[in-house]
Amino acid sequence: MSLSDDQIRRIAQLARIAIGDEESAQVRDRLNRVLGLIDQLQAVDTAGIEPMSHALDVVQPLRPDAVTESDQRARFQSGAPAVEGGLYLVPKVIE
Amino acid sequence: MLDSSLTELQAALAARKISSVELTRLFLDRSRALNGALNAYVTLDEETSLDQARKADERRAKGEAGGPLAGIPVAHKDIFCTRELRTTCGSRMLEHYKSPYDAHVIEQFEHAGAVLLGKTNMDEFAMGSSNETSHFGPVRNPWDRRLVPGGSSGGSAAAVAARMAPAATGTDTGGSIRQPAALTGICGLKPTYGLVSRYCMVAFASSLDQGGPLGRSAADLALLLNVMAGHDARDSTSLDRPKEDYTRDLDAPLKGLRIGLPAEYFGEGVEPGVLKCVREAIAWFEAQGARTLPVELPNTALAVPVYYVIAPAEASSNLSRFDGVRYGHRAKDYADLADMYCRTRAEGFGPEVKRRIMIGTYVLSHGYYDAYYLQAQKVRRLIARDFSEAFKQCDLVMGPTSPTTAFPLGAKTDDPVQMYLNDIFTIPAPLAGLPGLSIPCGFDGKGLPVGLQIMGNHFAEARMLGAAHRYQRATDWHRRVPKETPL
Repeated sequence: MSLSDDQIRRIAQLARIAIGDEESAQVRDRLNRVLGLIDQLQAVDTAGIEPMSHALDVVQPLRPDAVTESDQRARFQSGAPAVEGGLYLVPKVIE
Repeated sequence: MLDSSLTELQAALAARKISSVELTRLFLDRSRALNGALNAYVTLDEETSLDQARKADERRAKGEAGGPLAGIPVAHKDIFCTRELRTTCGSRMLEHYKSPYDAHVIEQFEHAGAVLLGKTNMDEFAMGSSNETSHFGPVRNPWDRRLVPGGSSGGSAAAVAARMAPAATGTDTGGSIRQPAALTGICGLKPTYGLVSRYCMVAFASSLDQGGPLGRSAADLALLLNVMAGHDARDSTSLDRPKEDYTRDLDAPLKGLRIGLPAEYFGEGVEPGVLKCVREAIAWFEAQGARTLPVELPNTALAVPVYYVIAPAEASSNLSRFDGVRYGHRAKDYADLADMYCRTRAEGFGPEVKRRIMIGTYVLSHGYYDAYYLQAQKVRRLIARDFSEAFKQCDLVMGPTSPTTAFPLGAKTDDPVQMYLNDIFTIPAPLAGLPGLSIPCGFDGKGLPVGLQIMGNHFAEARMLGAAHRYQRATDWHRRVPKETPL
């Protein structure tokens, strides 16, 4: 199947990526080429096959729920685009 | 010195024939001289490197046991976080990012006494097979600067090939260590999934990503893997198993070794020059008493479509963290929070990364999940099963690493699918969690290096490296120096 401009806009919105009108035709063309590639999978008979979600069939290890890290807030926030009083700043979301 | 193996460098440093400062300066000077032409490094920082080298020399002067790589400079792919140098991942998003942590791999090299030589260029967020998607411009192949070095660890591969570093690290999700190693005439190993910790290695596709070494010989790779591998509780996928010595089988005999040859790796689409070199290498193994037999990997052609569902799906989730709030780039102008996210990501990511995030978002979205993502996971199991069947009959599988030698810059950038299909032989191993190794095995008619791929069952690294080392004792393909970067 092939994606329409509306679908591309919807996917871009879900992915939180702004797509300008001037790039949308190229984005659509290239995404549709990739979809053409992955659509080959539809023809494969996978009845009764368990999905493989991990490269090795291993159980996720568990660890004790204990504090192992010290407070390094200032260091972690030193690379943030906008912080104030130990808080990350984002545009206002509630009036 | 520039052309020495790691063992030779260890010996020269131990015998005080050279100091770590002198050795590091030698590689820094060469890297500075060649980087304008090759663009292999994103960050070179003489002060940091020489400071580490000085400390290594001081430890040696005091008679302290310095670790297996004491005083030897090693370059790192710019996907491994370092506290001392920025970590860009080849992206505008992280152009000025300074990590509060060192990656486990970086710590391991530090414990081994190695000197951090710089951070190497790469495809943006490791998404690419030609190193053309980097925000910092393409890396060029030292064999011919008009050609790509492969990717995504193209900077590491070019640096090792051009003798700008004795060795380097890389990561492999669908071939990103093995393919650039093949295209630049060096050696590269993608270990079994879970062998090398991914703590502070920037995530691309978490069910596939694995770090590994790039070097000039199999013996060097064995030493490097000894340093890199090991359990780390901070990565939940890191395997808790006894430490191995990957040099243990370097001199193991080849007699009786069973080598599986999948017809799917020797068919249409493989350049004749590549086939010729690979067949000659396999004939050499036969002459040493190894036995070859046909094996079937019938789902090979499906590996690329499976990968281009699974890897983008995982990438779309992993890269959601780049939102302009906690680190990295933030757009200057925006209307509200949602607009800030959208513009930040539009500006911070390049076209290939955006494309993969969007494909991933689509295949995971409501109504398409079963048809794409779940179906791809099922076909992934079929591919993994083919390998388990093959390894019941043989010890190693051999074939070409890449169907072609290095191609010109820009040759495949207009059609992503053409670029993706070039990885057909390197994508299957990570889908099955298996180790894969690429070593040079000759040159095609254009004088470009060809890579022989050696795949093994889980944890077969020592055996794979052993077979490669025997081959390298009898051949000199891995010693050839690229024409454009003479010593």
